[in-house]
Amino acid sequence: MSKLGNLGARLYRGEVGYDFVGKRKIWYAVSILITITAILGLAVRGLNMGIEFEGGAVFNTPKTSVSVAQAEESAEKASGHDAIVQKLGDDAMRIQIAGVDIDKSDRIKAALAKDLDVKAADINADLVGPSWGEQIANKAWQGLAIFMVLVVIYLAIAFEWRMALAALIALIHDITITVGVYALVGFEVTPGTVIGLLTILGYSLYDTVVVFDSLKEQSKDLTKQTRFTYSEVANRSINGTLVRSINTTVVALLPVAGLLFIGGGVLGAGMLNDISLSLFVGLAAGAYSSIFIATPLVADFKEREPQLKALKKRVLAKRASAAARGNVVEDGDFRGEDEPRGSVPDEDATPAVVGPRAQPASRSRGKGRPSGKRR
Amino acid sequence: MAAPKKGRRQSAPGKPGRALVFILIALVALTGGMFLSGHTTPRLGIDLAGGTSITLEARNEPGQKNAINPTNMNTAVDIINNRVNGLGVSEAEVQTQGDRNIIVNIPKGTNEKQARDQVGTTAQLYFRPVITQAPGEPTPSDTPSSGTDKEKDKDKSTDKDKATDKATDKPTDKDAANSPSSSASPQGRAVSEALKADPTPSGKAKDGEDGKKKDETPAPDPATAKLQEQFTKLDCTDKKARAAAGKGVKPSEPTIACGKSPDGKTWDKFILAPAEVNGKDVDEAKATINQQTGAWVVNMEFTKGGSKKFAATTGKLSQQQPPQNQFAIVLDGEVVSAPSVNTTLNSNAEISGSFTQDSAKDLANVLSYGALPLTFHEQSVTTVSPALGGEQLEAGLIAGAIGLALVVIYLVVYYRGLSLIAIASLLVSAALTYTIMTLLGPTIHFALNLPAVCGAIVAIGITADSFIVFFERVRDEVREGRTLRPAVERAWPRARRTILVSDFVSFLAAAVLFVVTVGKVQGFAFTLGLTTLLDVVVVFFFTKPLMTLMARKKFFASGHPWSGFDPKRLGIKPPIRRSRRAPGSSVGPVDPKEA
Repeated sequence: MSKLGNLGARLYRGEVGYDFVGKRKIWYAVSILITITAILGLAVRGLNMGIEFEGGAVFNTPKTSVSVAQAEESAEKASGHDAIVQKLGDDAMRIQIAGVDIDKSDRIKAALAKDLDVKAADINADLVGPSWGEQIANKAWQGLAIFMVLVVIYLAIAFEWRMALAALIALIHDITITVGVYALVGFEVTPGTVIGLLTILGYSLYDTVVVFDSLKEQSKDLTKQTRFTYSEVANRSINGTLVRSINTTVVALLPVAGLLFIGGGVLGAGMLNDISLSLFVGLAAGAYSSIFIATPLVADFKEREPQLKALKKRVLAKRASAAARGNVVEDGDFRGEDEPRGSVPDEDATPAVVGPRAQPASRSRGKGRPSGKRR
Repeated sequence: MAAPKKGRRQSAPGKPGRALVFILIALVALTGGMFLSGHTTPRLGIDLAGGTSITLEARNEPGQKNAINPTNMNTAVDIINNRVNGLGVSEAEVQTQGDRNIIVNIPKGTNEKQARDQVGTTAQLYFRPVITQAPGEPTPSDTPSSGTDKEKDKDKSTDKDKATDKATDKPTDKDAANSPSSSASPQGRAVSEALKADPTPSGKAKDGEDGKKKDETPAPDPATAKLQEQFTKLDCTDKKARAAAGKGVKPSEPTIACGKSPDGKTWDKFILAPAEVNGKDVDEAKATINQQTGAWVVNMEFTKGGSKKFAATTGKLSQQQPPQNQFAIVLDGEVVSAPSVNTTLNSNAEISGSFTQDSAKDLANVLSYGALPLTFHEQSVTTVSPALGGEQLEAGLIAGAIGLALVVIYLVVYYRGLSLIAIASLLVSAALTYTIMTLLGPTIHFALNLPAVCGAIVAIGITADSFIVFFERVRDEVREGRTLRPAVERAWPRARRTILVSDFVSFLAAAVLFVVTVGKVQGFAFTLGLTTLLDVVVVFFFTKPLMTLMARKKFFASGHPWSGFDPKRLGIKPPIRRSRRAPGSSVGPVDPKEA
């Protein structure tokens, strides 16, 4: 664990780090591949919508002694779909099954009658409409659309439009992947799934914003120096927040993993599975996309700006000449210890902010601080 | 948008105690409130706790042959859904069954009677001028009494025309109203309007004609005589007779009706002229407290067309003598109130009467959401068991607990002593969430369904993120070679900004979804918004002050191996004595922050 702490420190100082931005093409490719798979899954298999959206058949049985769980099992066996079973006041049952039409209902009736030990004639079958009706669905879409517009506006103001765009792409990427997984796994989509998707929507943006926040800070006054390109700074900010990203993801995923593998695994299919699967996939995708997709995208967009293009040229030229002069080459990923890398280069005497200068903490303080040994 | 730029020491490190005391008081108050209210667990949704299921059957009324069609059924589902789930957090479910039934499932702990009343009410509201009024027993002679103008004070309801369109005329009389108003009728309710008209007047047209009585010109024709006769016989004290009165009369015909007298104990009966304004003309209705009387009233706003009609009608009526200067507000065949009118009224009207807060809200709800296109009757009411069964919730909670335990272990291993702060913060968060959700059950009928439980578990992870952002910032500062106390103070403004910006995004999602959507999505948005707000509250008023306090403790400040600030583990390199450190070394992934 102490290694981890050290790793955090070294990441922080930029001594180690993975070149996320430099290798972005690989990750874009990975994402595109997954997204295509997801879209194919959707196109080929489609989503298996639950009874709440589609409506279905309802079977009202007379009094029976069978438990809800048993009835559910036999209904699912008979129909091949998820069933919602409720016991009514007089021990009768109400069994709702999605995707059943009238022709199939007789067969299911017979199967149910056998399992529940009642007469088939006493079970009345009827069609039920969706409880998650069109009104709810339409308003949900409307709400999503409005939210997307507002969030893009907000991010464009709080950060800049390029980041807003990148965040949006990352968001769509996360949602597509999650929905695709549903299509591939074939789980029924229930209101729980939709709620899970909405949770992801918030989380994915949230996570991206945390990384962007650090990127914004680091890339201040970037054009006033000639040491690093925007991509390198972006990469550093990812690495700098990497520990936080990992920790957060672990902390958010652990309870969901608990729900999915423990809760769902013990109980088999059910509402818990629906929700936790969408959450698990979505949270993982959200954490992945904020690091591997969103930030590199911002770097891509930014490097198209003329001034940053020029900066890149300057930086590379400077490095080339330095190399020619035989100086220590500073490449983007490695720095000597006494040449720490930061976003404030020598040339830039003061950062354009009021406030404490970036100066070492006074050394007279720090009583009780152990004289740190060098590693 | 981002954090307000306040001084860096805005939360004066000297007073962390205050915030902690604040949170503690809030917690104690909430917990106390929870026990006082007698609800110690959150209300659970249908899926977890079961509830009541009401089956409604659409009735074919004569004269509306094809009214029962999928379109009308779906409209009815939406309207009923809005009525039983006005705020979107009560988790009631409404769906059609077969071609003429609607099932309404209401979670346990809802006021079942109230729900049943709301569900079945057709809410056909009409506004009819009063022709005759009498006490509700069969009248021996046919002297339509002029409605016992017992102007009790409490009935002086005035129609406050909102400032928006203040009708200019001053009320000429007794009514203490500041505004054009209808003086209280014997029914003691102020004028208002009405009803969402049913497109299809319900209908067995009995004797309909446009009979007008008394000084109204048309000669009494037989129908009027017949109406008069019915009126004479009508016994409003008899429930059956009440229900039958005026049944099936078209809005365009005169009718008889019953209504409670202002004292709420006896009944009055009325002969009413054809409806002039109906529920479709109502734009929105709200339950409010009348500033003058302090009583609950329902305030209505008319649509454009409705305002015109209403003004025309009230203008006509204000010229009449009592009781014919009254307007009866007829809801589903019963007179809710019959205020008299002394001046022309415009776009607002108020219904007053012996309302309680709940009944005023119910009526407003029903008026706002409209009349059902069909007449329903309750076919059956039965309890239903939880759709998911207790094992799902139990498994969910156990799994969640295991997940949380793993989170705690992870935090302890990684953050050592610091994790105490994180865990304490998580506990405070969880306690606040639990108590608030519990208290919201009785107050706004908030119900937790399984997705919301899962959402709350995930929200805990997102809350933890705020601590992690903060801790990492502090550690970065410590790596710079700062001692702990200044490190905490320096790290806070930066962490604060990140936390606020990212939480704002979550909150934006919650707010937009809550405002725009209905049903389950709205319930979700509410939960998300609540947990996001609590996240900010906990970080600001608990985590940060606690951190400030901890930083003063030697254990942490000295970088004890178990404190989470062990310099070795953080890989701190003490600054090497050099005249000038290379710039940048003190600028980690972040620039020094503006103060």
